[in-house]
Amino acid sequence: MKLSDLTDMALRNLREAILRNALTTLGVAVGVASLVAMLSLGISLQQLASKRLSQSGLFDTIFVTAKNTFRGMGRPQREAASDKPIRSLDEDARHELEKLPNVMEVYPQVRFYTEVRFEDKPFATVVAGMPDSSRNSGAFDGMQGNFFSSTTADEAILQIEFAKDLSTNPPSLIGQELTLRYAERQAIPAAGSEASSNGGEASGGFSVVPKQLRLKIVGIVETEPAAGYGGIGNARLLMPLDTASTLRAAQVNDLRDIVRGSSAAKTTYPSLSVRAKSPSQVEALEASIKNLGFNAFSLLDASKSLRTFFSVFDSLLGIFGSLALAVATLGIVNTLVMAILERRREIGVLKALGASDSDVQQLFFIEAGVMGFLGGILGVGFGWFLGRAITFGTNVYLKRQNLNPIELSSVPWWLVILALAFAVVVSLAAGLYPASRAAKLNPVDALRYE
Amino acid sequence: MPDTQPAVQLEHISRYYQMGETSVRAVDDVSFSVAGGEYLALLGSSGSGKSTLLNLMAGLDRPTSGAILSNGTNLAGLSPLELARYRRNTIGMIFQSFNLLPRMTLEENVELPLRLAEVERSERAGRVQEALERVRLTHRVGHRPSELSGGEQQRVAIARALVNRPKILLADEPTGNLDSATGEAILSLLRDLQTQLGMTIVMVTHERPLAERFADRLATMGDGKLLGISAATRGAAQ
Repeated sequence: MKLSDLTDMALRNLREAILRNALTTLGVAVGVASLVAMLSLGISLQQLASKRLSQSGLFDTIFVTAKNTFRGMGRPQREAASDKPIRSLDEDARHELEKLPNVMEVYPQVRFYTEVRFEDKPFATVVAGMPDSSRNSGAFDGMQGNFFSSTTADEAILQIEFAKDLSTNPPSLIGQELTLRYAERQAIPAAGSEASSNGGEASGGFSVVPKQLRLKIVGIVETEPAAGYGGIGNARLLMPLDTASTLRAAQVNDLRDIVRGSSAAKTTYPSLSVRAKSPSQVEALEASIKNLGFNAFSLLDASKSLRTFFSVFDSLLGIFGSLALAVATLGIVNTLVMAILERRREIGVLKALGASDSDVQQLFFIEAGVMGFLGGILGVGFGWFLGRAITFGTNVYLKRQNLNPIELSSVPWWLVILALAFAVVVSLAAGLYPASRAAKLNPVDALRYE
Repeated sequence: MPDTQPAVQLEHISRYYQMGETSVRAVDDVSFSVAGGEYLALLGSSGSGKSTLLNLMAGLDRPTSGAILSNGTNLAGLSPLELARYRRNTIGMIFQSFNLLPRMTLEENVELPLRLAEVERSERAGRVQEALERVRLTHRVGHRPSELSGGEQQRVAIARALVNRPKILLADEPTGNLDSATGEAILSLLRDLQTQLGMTIVMVTHERPLAERFADRLATMGDGKLLGISAATRGAAQ
């Protein structure tokens, strides 16, 4: 028989026992829905985690330090025997790093311990300069107020705990001003003028002069976005990186530079963060930075093991989701075996009229496939809805806990196709036994059957 | 009327069923032939093996031994697929209980063999119409079988058997579920088809008087054996 005629007859047969077939289809739908919901949950958790992590810059950032710095006490200096001269991490090095392929940006870590005055009361804190790219970092999602208006604005974003120290009503701080008191390095003029390149210190060293700057509070952030690498502690007052750099506030490594005297002519950075265009380029970039004679390290390995974790997590969720589909499969087998008993005579008539075994087999096969396909479509819809419901419920809870809402369910198009294909394939497999049983039915017995 | 060339030829046909330890001889060494265009009635009490014989001729069942030749081909040697094709193209079958599919309309029931034979859709409606005209049933074609009388249902079944233009029509107790007047009308319809289309008809029945009036020859079965073949009188009907 032609496929169009087979399909036509299959649909007619399905309509005839509408309740039973609808329930069976619903069973498939529930199975597919649980599969889709589970997998979409896994996918979105993975997306959430990797989004946060990639936005945090940990996985596309390479931390570059000069060799021989920050060695642990008593550790042997491994590179001591190297022929290459020890390179300092100065402005030239920064430009060189910027010229490497696949580099998105290079920025220094600017962090210093200082004092903030607000309403004439002193508060000690750590200040960090934030690069403009951190605007898109997950940490600034859902913050109160705004991000810095420009890269050189005299503006500050406060960490919430610090804001609470300043005021009992933190949101009221936005728009107010505070005074930043810091120690500025000033070069001691030796022979040249003050306006020498880089505004750098002359070989004579520098003096530390107290300065102050008024900053407008533009936002309050809950998490600490710059925690982690190369820092000297959690920063609680954030300002634009360029603004922070121009302060030339004394930093922890300054003293070491003086002692070493190696880079007295130019500004050196305790470390530079090199951001790759994507995490996949980090490895190659790290190698070329090491070739330039710097220390470089990244957290790529951590991201790899995270991916492994999630693929295991996803497959576990998938297995649990498939269990419901397996039960639904039994439903299809049951429904079709019942249908054979009911339609025994009809099968006999079809065979007497000249239907071949494969005609009968295909008829049952298509019925199974149609139930699988319809169940699949319905199930993807249910699954999506279930995911929305879980997301909604979670966000209601998160809101009560004063946390930012998250997206917990993601149904990408490939999951839709996959779920549909899976439903159809599983249903066809379920139809295999009933279909071959129907095909093997002896027409003489089937016609005699009342 | 009958051609000399046999439409179906049975050669020492036996069909045994295994029932536990014992084997039942439903058909036991039967040989006869049906000429092309002949109307043969198979008579016998129930359990005499006449329906089994009909199923063997229809290619629905296979003989335990012997050969069934239809137009020179031995059905016993055909593959299941070839047998299905034989049933579809060479054989038309009608039954005591009509065996129309209850969910389909009359037209759809008649169309069914055309679907199985993969006849083009455009051609089907005309063929269905033609078959229904042959059985003089052109009204109520959109109805379901349950909405029709027994006689009408059997007419639809005959139309369905004819629609693929088979050479041989096999009828299994076609009047068994009908009152005598309706039964007679059906049998005379079958005879019209025989004369108009030159069809070969083999009809299983246990009503000897009716068979005498409509068939050309009567073959009588008993206990699986062929007891005898005689020419029908055909006087009363003509």
